[in-house]
Amino acid sequence: MDERPVRIFPLGNSALTVEFGNVINEDINRRAIALAEYLEQNRFPGFVESVPAYASTTIFYDLATVRSHFPEFETAFAAVEQIARNAGPKSNPSSTAEIRIIEIPVHFDFENEFDLAFVAETKGLGIEDVVEIFTSKTYLVFMLGFLPGFAYMGEVDDRIAMPRKETPRISVPKGSVGIAGKQTGVYSLESPGGWQIIGRTETEMFTPNAESPSLLQPGDRVRFVAVK
Amino acid sequence: MSMLFQKAGILTTVQDLGRQRFRRFGINPSGAMDRTAVRLINTLLGNDAGEAVLEMHFPAPQIIFEANAVAAIGGADFAPTLDGQRLENWRPFIVKKGSVLKFTGKITGNRAYLALKGGFKTDEWLGSASTNLAVGIGGFKGHKLEHGDSIPIKAKVKSKKAKADYRISNSLIPHYSRFPTVRILPGAEFEFLSERGREMLLHQDFTISTNSNRMGFRLTGEPITLAEPCESISSAVDFGTIQLLPDGQLIVLMADHQTAGGYPRIGHVITRDLPLMAQLGANDKVAFHLVKTADAENLALEFEREVNLLKVAVRLKTDF
Repeated sequence: MDERPVRIFPLGNSALTVEFGNVINEDINRRAIALAEYLEQNRFPGFVESVPAYASTTIFYDLATVRSHFPEFETAFAAVEQIARNAGPKSNPSSTAEIRIIEIPVHFDFENEFDLAFVAETKGLGIEDVVEIFTSKTYLVFMLGFLPGFAYMGEVDDRIAMPRKETPRISVPKGSVGIAGKQTGVYSLESPGGWQIIGRTETEMFTPNAESPSLLQPGDRVRFVAVK
Repeated sequence: MSMLFQKAGILTTVQDLGRQRFRRFGINPSGAMDRTAVRLINTLLGNDAGEAVLEMHFPAPQIIFEANAVAAIGGADFAPTLDGQRLENWRPFIVKKGSVLKFTGKITGNRAYLALKGGFKTDEWLGSASTNLAVGIGGFKGHKLEHGDSIPIKAKVKSKKAKADYRISNSLIPHYSRFPTVRILPGAEFEFLSERGREMLLHQDFTISTNSNRMGFRLTGEPITLAEPCESISSAVDFGTIQLLPDGQLIVLMADHQTAGGYPRIGHVITRDLPLMAQLGANDKVAFHLVKTADAENLALEFEREVNLLKVAVRLKTDF
C-alpha cells in the first residue's frame, strides 16, 4: 500500500472527498478509481454512490442512515471518513483487472470552421503532423464529468497541447473531439464549450437508454483512428 | 384522465428528488430545486416523498383537470386559484373533473410545486422521473411543458367522499425570504482564503445575478480574495457547492449542476437551508453564516424526524 498522506474533507453535509493528490497522474488516478470501485462493491449502510475524479474519490451518503447505523460516531462524516480510511488498503488497484481498449474513428477533414488549422499554426506544425501526433497515442480515461458520457482523457503530447479558447463557443456540436491543455475529450452532446476542436466522430459516446449509457468508463484506454 | 396545459408557463418541468448513482458517468442528478417543498407536499398527500411533481416558475401554467384529483401546492406562493377560488399552499385540495387551476401572482419565492395524490405518469430514466433538459430525457418527454401538452393522472379519486381540512404546520415550512441568511460549511479551499476574503464571504450581502438558472446562481458582491492562488484539478461537486471564480465572484451550484468542477470550493450550503437558496430570484440577496459539520447534520436530522412525524399524522388523518 502506498502510504502517501490522503486528505479527506467534507463536500457539504452528505458527501466527502478522499483526495490522493492534486496532480494528474496515472497511479494516483488508479487509486481513486480503485477506491470508488471497492465502495461500489462493498456498500456500507447509507452509501449512495462514489464518484472517482482525476486524483480523488467523492463518496455520497444518506446521513440519516449513516447516523443510525454508526451511533458510536459523533457525525456521519466521521463514520464515513473511518470507512474510507479502512477501505484504502483493501482497494489496491489490481494489476490483473482487464483493461478495455476502445477505438474511436475520427474525421479530421472537415472545413476549417474549428481549430485544427489554428492548433497546427500555433504549434508550427502541419495539419497532418497534428493528426499524426494526436492519433499515435493511447489515452487513459481519467474521469467522466462536464456532460453525461464526457470522458476526460490524457495525456496529450506536449507538441500539440493547447490551452482552452479564451472565449468559449456558445455551441460545440456533438461528436467534436477537443484538446484542453494535455487533456482530450469528445463532446457527447451539443454544448457550450471552450476546448480546441480538432476533429469529429460519429461514435455515440452517450446512449441514454443503453444498459451502460456511457461508452467510456474511468480506467478505459482509448485510441483515436483517423478516418481516411 | 389527464392534466391539460392550457398555458405552459415559462419553465414548467417534471422533477423529483433527483437521479442518484450515475454521477460517475457524468450524469448529473437534476431534480427539484426546493426538495424540502417536494417532500412536504408529497408526504402531506400520503405519497412517497420522491413522487414526481411539477416544478413551476412565474408566469406559471394554467391547467385544466380532466379527472378528479387530490392535490397540494408548496414552495413559492404564486397565488393559486381553482375555478376562481383562492387556494392556500401546504394544504391538500380537492379537484373536480373540469376544474381550472391558475396562478394569479408572484407573492413569495420563485419555484412552486404541484403534487397529486398518487402522482402522474412520467418518463423514468435511470430510476428517476426528473427532467434532464440537456439530454432531453425523463419527466415529460424530456422537455419542459408546452401549450397543449397533457399529463396522465395515475390515481382515481372518488371526489364525493374526499375531505382535506388540514395543513402542514408552520414549524415545518422553510422560512422563505428574499434576503435570507443561509448556513454553510467550509469547503476544501476555504483555508486558502485571505483574511479579508473570509471577511468578505461572511460579512456582506450578495446579490443573485440575473445570469442565474437551475444550473447555478451567480452572486455579485465585493470580490473575494485568496491568500495565494490555488490550482485545483477537477473533482466532484454537489448541489449547494459554492465555487470561487477567477474574478473573485461566487457561483452556487444548483439542481442542474454538472458532476465535476475545478474552481476552488470555498463552502457548501447545508441541506437544511438549500430551500432558502432555491427560492431566490434575480436581485434577491443572501448572506452566509458558517456552521460546523455536526450542526449541519443535526439540522438535517431534525427535519427528517419532523417529516416522519408528519407522515404518521397524515396516515391517521387521510380519508380520501
